[in-house]
Amino acid sequence: MRYAKLRGWQTLTGPQEIGHGPIFWSVFALVVLMLLGFPLAGSAFALSNLANFCLYVPMGIGLALLWGYSGVLSFGQAAFFAVAGYVYGILAGNLTDVPFGTLLAAAGGIGACAVLAAVFGYFVFYGQVSGWIIPLLLLVLSLILETFAGQTAGYQWRVGSVLLGGYNGMTGIPSLAIGSLEFGGAATPFYYLVMLLMLGAYLGTRMLVNSHYGHVVAGIRDDIERTRTLGYNVNFIQIQIFVLAAALAGLSGVLYVSWGNYISPSSMGLLAATLPVIWVAVGGRSSLLAVLLSTIALRWLADALAVKGGEYAFLIMGILLLATMLFFPEGIVVMLAHRLRHRPSTRRSAAKSESR
Amino acid sequence: MSAGYLVNLLYQYADSIAFLLLAALGLMIILGVVNVINLAHGELIMMGAYITTLAANAGHVSLPLAMLLAVVGVGLFGLLLERFVIRRFYNDKLGALVATWGVSLILSQGTLLVFGPSMQSVPLPTWTLAYGGYSFGGYRLLLLGVAVLAVLGAWWMFYHTRFGVRTRATMQNAAMARALGADTRRIYMLTFGAGSALAGLTGALYAPTTTIVPLMGTQFVDVAFITVVVGGGANPIVGALTSAALLALISTPLSSVFGTFTGRIGLLIAALVVIRFFPRGLSGYWQEIRYRQMTKVAS
Repeated sequence: MRYAKLRGWQTLTGPQEIGHGPIFWSVFALVVLMLLGFPLAGSAFALSNLANFCLYVPMGIGLALLWGYSGVLSFGQAAFFAVAGYVYGILAGNLTDVPFGTLLAAAGGIGACAVLAAVFGYFVFYGQVSGWIIPLLLLVLSLILETFAGQTAGYQWRVGSVLLGGYNGMTGIPSLAIGSLEFGGAATPFYYLVMLLMLGAYLGTRMLVNSHYGHVVAGIRDDIERTRTLGYNVNFIQIQIFVLAAALAGLSGVLYVSWGNYISPSSMGLLAATLPVIWVAVGGRSSLLAVLLSTIALRWLADALAVKGGEYAFLIMGILLLATMLFFPEGIVVMLAHRLRHRPSTRRSAAKSESR
Repeated sequence: MSAGYLVNLLYQYADSIAFLLLAALGLMIILGVVNVINLAHGELIMMGAYITTLAANAGHVSLPLAMLLAVVGVGLFGLLLERFVIRRFYNDKLGALVATWGVSLILSQGTLLVFGPSMQSVPLPTWTLAYGGYSFGGYRLLLLGVAVLAVLGAWWMFYHTRFGVRTRATMQNAAMARALGADTRRIYMLTFGAGSALAGLTGALYAPTTTIVPLMGTQFVDVAFITVVVGGGANPIVGALTSAALLALISTPLSSVFGTFTGRIGLLIAALVVIRFFPRGLSGYWQEIRYRQMTKVAS
């Protein structure tokens, strides 16, 4: 593959992500404008729902980065999501009198799951374990955290003035606020905050994967020993990406509790751990944009199915996941994108996939 | 410390070893031979428990026969699973993980839809032994006996049958084994079926001891996963035995003093520490030592 080092804004468009050229960016800008204008047209209910679907996008993008770009599968995104939510809830509930208390709490929540990810990552990445061990241990970690959070019912499980709440969950968590501007779930400011963070997460990771660093990450995925021989500190870079993915999941977790003012142990349980993997597999792990779209679409689908009962929703999600893995292993959105395009800019990425 | 207390501790240790061995042996054999991880293993265990319970409660067959039905039924299901799903992911371990995860969701949620949130379990056979003021469930001791028999059976299959020779050859070098006439596809399929049958056996044996719910597989898989990670797939039998012995040694005192939850945390930390130093698990380390000795003798 011919490789030119991209710098600055150039990294917004590069071989590591689909969607190039004036037509793509015009459509992208149009959709962004429509999303920004949506509060003028949509009802408060639709606005709150859309914000809810979109707040999961950073978590999905984090897993796409981890699984699709660095080759490390994780079943732990939901655990990091919930850890950030719980830590945010504990801190925000105790810092109600402190100015910018909720922002400190958000930083604490995201920081807590970054630290947890770094400690976990130290053992697995410096141990240089084979790829299947990491998702398995993360699944065990999720189950243990769920059990722990589930048995925290009663008054002895109180941090400051906040009750952990056991299986009933933690309630009455304050929403994010800057001064008197509050980002509660049903309000327009929260919608704009989610849009800002979703687009920021997408464009930021898109620039990251097309940068020199992003190419090193892809190099680790394609041939870890070769990249090590070239002199890169492979284990450390893997930990960095793992922590970044966890922090993105933590961002989603903070947004979630700010939206619903509530979190329960089931948000890090077995079923919750499944969802990010489904979004990324169905969308297509080789593209951040595909994961963004599939996350929103599948969140919407799950919501629509939940009306008919949760067990149907998870049954259909399971069938969707199995069918995707069997028949469209590269992901449904990515497959559609490959079918759609016959633009000059595609030749470059076609050459890329050949040279692998 | 009385002799009775020690015997009681030993009994608890044996109980944990039996649980870990039965939960993990099938998974570990599949990992070692077929080189995939079956995330639906817990659901296969659940399936074994459901077949046993349904056969005993609704079909009115005797408990041992119901258990046999479960082993055969889950084994056959494993063969189908291998034929239609696993076979496509021989060279893609992460793909196999995700696909079997889909299978696990379908099985657990499908069971929830068909049989409802819980089921009346079969009564636990009440044999008890007493020693030094403690009484021990005879059924628990039977579980240890079956676990030991299962390991012995697997060992006999691997080391004393023609099929076992071919299987070990496939584990070492599949392409070479194929060139010498071993039907590796058939070996993979039968091994997967055997591992699934072991899962069915586990479900059948533990069916009288727990509540029968669609998500019951999760209480087996977390320890099964840790046992497999610590044991490694290089040699399933050595891996299962050493890993179960070590992990039971850690979890038994922790659980009996601080409760099951602390026991599980201890297991996770033990797993992290073990893989930091032996990334291929205890059996991988054991294999390394053996190879080193062999090269020393040769030179």
